[in-house]
Amino acid sequence: MTIFALGSGAAADSAPDASGLDRRMFMRGAGGLTFAVAIGLPALAAEARRVDLGPWVTLSTDGTITIRGPATEMGQGSRTSLPLIFAEEMDADWSKVRIVRAAPIDAVYGNPGFGGVMYTAGSSAVTGYYKALRQFGAQVRLVLLDNVARRWNVPASELTTEASTVVHAASGRRIGYGEIAAFAEMPAKAPEVRDADLKDPKTFRLIGKDVMRVELPTKVNGTADYAINVAFPGLLHGAVLRTPVPGDGPAAIDDSAAKAVRGFIRTVPLPYGVGVLADSTVAALAAKDALKVTWTRKAKGWGFDSEKGLEEFAAAARDPARPSKPWETAGGGAAALAACASVHEAEYRCDFAYHAQMEPLNAVASVAADGSACELWVGTQSQTMAVTAAATTLGIGPDKVTFHEHLLGGGFGRRGPRDMEFVVDAVLLSQAVKQPVKMVWSREDDIRNGRFHPLTAHHMKAGFDAAGQLVAWHHRKAADVVTEFQDPVRYQKAGQKDFIGMLGAELKTYGIPNRQVDQITMDSGMRTQALRGIGFGPNKWAVEVFIDELAILRGADPLAFRLDLLKGSPRAHAVVDKAGRMADWSRKREGRGLGVAYIDYSGTQIAGVVEVSVDRASGQIKLHDVWIALDCGVTVQPDNIVAQTEGCVVYGIGLALSERITMVDGEVQQSNFYDYLIPRMRDVPAIHVELIATPNHPTGVGQMATPVIAPAISNAVAALTGKRLRHMPMTPDRVLETMKA
Amino acid sequence: MSIAFRVNGRDVSVESEPDARLLWVLREQLQLTGTRYGCGTGLCGACMVHVDGDRAFSCQTSLHEVAGRSVTTIEGLSPDSSHPVQKAWLAESVPQCGYCQSGQIMSAADLLAKTPNPTRDQIVEHMSTNLCRCGTYPRIVRAIERAAKEA
Repeated sequence: MTIFALGSGAAADSAPDASGLDRRMFMRGAGGLTFAVAIGLPALAAEARRVDLGPWVTLSTDGTITIRGPATEMGQGSRTSLPLIFAEEMDADWSKVRIVRAAPIDAVYGNPGFGGVMYTAGSSAVTGYYKALRQFGAQVRLVLLDNVARRWNVPASELTTEASTVVHAASGRRIGYGEIAAFAEMPAKAPEVRDADLKDPKTFRLIGKDVMRVELPTKVNGTADYAINVAFPGLLHGAVLRTPVPGDGPAAIDDSAAKAVRGFIRTVPLPYGVGVLADSTVAALAAKDALKVTWTRKAKGWGFDSEKGLEEFAAAARDPARPSKPWETAGGGAAALAACASVHEAEYRCDFAYHAQMEPLNAVASVAADGSACELWVGTQSQTMAVTAAATTLGIGPDKVTFHEHLLGGGFGRRGPRDMEFVVDAVLLSQAVKQPVKMVWSREDDIRNGRFHPLTAHHMKAGFDAAGQLVAWHHRKAADVVTEFQDPVRYQKAGQKDFIGMLGAELKTYGIPNRQVDQITMDSGMRTQALRGIGFGPNKWAVEVFIDELAILRGADPLAFRLDLLKGSPRAHAVVDKAGRMADWSRKREGRGLGVAYIDYSGTQIAGVVEVSVDRASGQIKLHDVWIALDCGVTVQPDNIVAQTEGCVVYGIGLALSERITMVDGEVQQSNFYDYLIPRMRDVPAIHVELIATPNHPTGVGQMATPVIAPAISNAVAALTGKRLRHMPMTPDRVLETMKA
Repeated sequence: MSIAFRVNGRDVSVESEPDARLLWVLREQLQLTGTRYGCGTGLCGACMVHVDGDRAFSCQTSLHEVAGRSVTTIEGLSPDSSHPVQKAWLAESVPQCGYCQSGQIMSAADLLAKTPNPTRDQIVEHMSTNLCRCGTYPRIVRAIERAAKEA
């Protein structure tokens, strides 16, 4: 194999990539992007020649183009859309493209927009990889053009490409990419990609045109490869009873009843709980349920009561003497309130919420009898974090972990904690029994062991000047530090900033000159985690309801009030205006109310209007229509963006109206879908989505509409009834209480 | 004990406790993993199958209840994803994570077998047994309407 590496910088270490290439060839360039070109010359028959054009793509003489997909797939579509971006610039015939999973190597496949880590989270896949994949694809195209130019003895500048074909217009000659693979040689130096070498977006054949997601056929015939389906001879089944409170462990274990369960094999004490092994999932779960364990009760979270806790959080947010960490300061900050002609205050609250991904957490691990190696089968939001978690648990190098990536039966943030505790469960059980183990959480385990969207309290102040302009803003939020629990590594790297909890509290687009956002860090000892919408969920709940209250206080129309504040942000202005037009905002509806909310979500501009009615006897809010206008820049897969947005709306409805986790003495009180209520089809209104395609760099869509829904509903209920709902979820009992007040 | 029934047109005999749940027999003894575990309590519908042509929560169905009867799972709905519901599901790009979709498809096929031209309200009523956390409901409605038209 002859290797040509490009760029400068240190070579990565040398574990083999799944493609059979060697890691040493993947050089990290100064820009943090990886590029390498390599040519494989296997001793095979000519017709079977495959050319490895770097770590991303392999070209075969039959025309097959194999592109590696670096993102995991949980329904959001980036397993398809990332290779599609590469294929666009390579000018590949999509029907010839085969997508395979990339090996878990951050140095090669890490998301340039996410700290170089293979981490499918934060709706960051397309936005993070877009530029790099276009460049890599273009580079491969230039290598192919150069080969044909030499073959035909014509200047490369006279050659163009069509789908998987190089064309020389002057002579009418054409050659397919597969034919080029038969003779392709690599230049000593890979071509440099200038902006002019990238396609004019007007000529895109794939970006902006819908293709079927590659894994979709497996999702209508039962063959989709979730980790929970893994089965092979010798596989044992495991379950884990975990401490209700993080940081605790078993003090005494009585497994006599578990032993009586048919199929029980053995008990495995763990630092944080008790595992059981059995000959089937049913037996493992039954034996786990039969365990009697007393806990050491040393951890912080014992005694925590979420209702009382929220009162404490609210008092802390309200108390100006309570120390806080700054998140955003602009202009004169909160001090500007002192000079205001009028100042308004309000308080908002959010309960804990649960991800409820439909596939309960599970993992399969096979640890070598001597503990020196491990094989994993898992659906995870980070391939490399899963590998690292297993390696760290066993005290072995990550190169000793063989990783099998699976589809995720839902993620929503839950399959992305740094410690990958569900992977560790499987690894520890397999290590103990020296056999492969499939570890499955029951739905009850999944809720009981949940890592939740945090409990939050927000104290808001805003000031108007004498001319009636909104000029000062102060948002004090009291909550547990999510980032520290979920990802201590990134928390330290970020200088102990709780970006997972706080993002979305900053106001980049509203023209409010003096702003301050502070975080009061609480420590309930509970587990917290990013959940679809992340910090934007609670933060935009507070911001967008408060903006609405301010508009009403000023006697302004809430939509016009926002448009006025967004004068300096044309893309933001456009989505609010569009959502209003879609909803026919100014038309009054008998017995119905309209509410609006707007979010700048990491660059994606999104606005929503909801139409509601309220059953005043039961307190049930009914949704009739939801209109969403969204500008995420270039729309890589438009119909998929619409699908994601529809899904975001449904998820947002659940968080807004019915989903609530409570804790008593540190223990989660809910256990299954009868007391944790997620939306059913009958709860979902007509959803209308319109995309405003702009030529801007594409930004995320996987969760952007979720945080729009709850504030829009509160605002609609206020428009209809004059009563203000300030606690999420807006359950019927809370609605009734508010209506009475 | 041994219980005989028919799965996807094939006669099977399973050694198990009579109160074993059909879901786990399908998944772990017959390797039919298209039928999914979601809640184990008949609340989510990820485990939906047909028993003698009627939909049933396989997590709530005991093995002895299907003795001598005919069970159809997603794998047996058609040999090649050619059932009108499966075709419509692809045409409307319904699945996202896909985990619940076997159950959704089995529920939809049951609806259309009995009500070939359902109203929107009938679709919503029938399909509200099945949870989808990704929120594909709008597309499920469209796909059922399409399947009804194209069947």
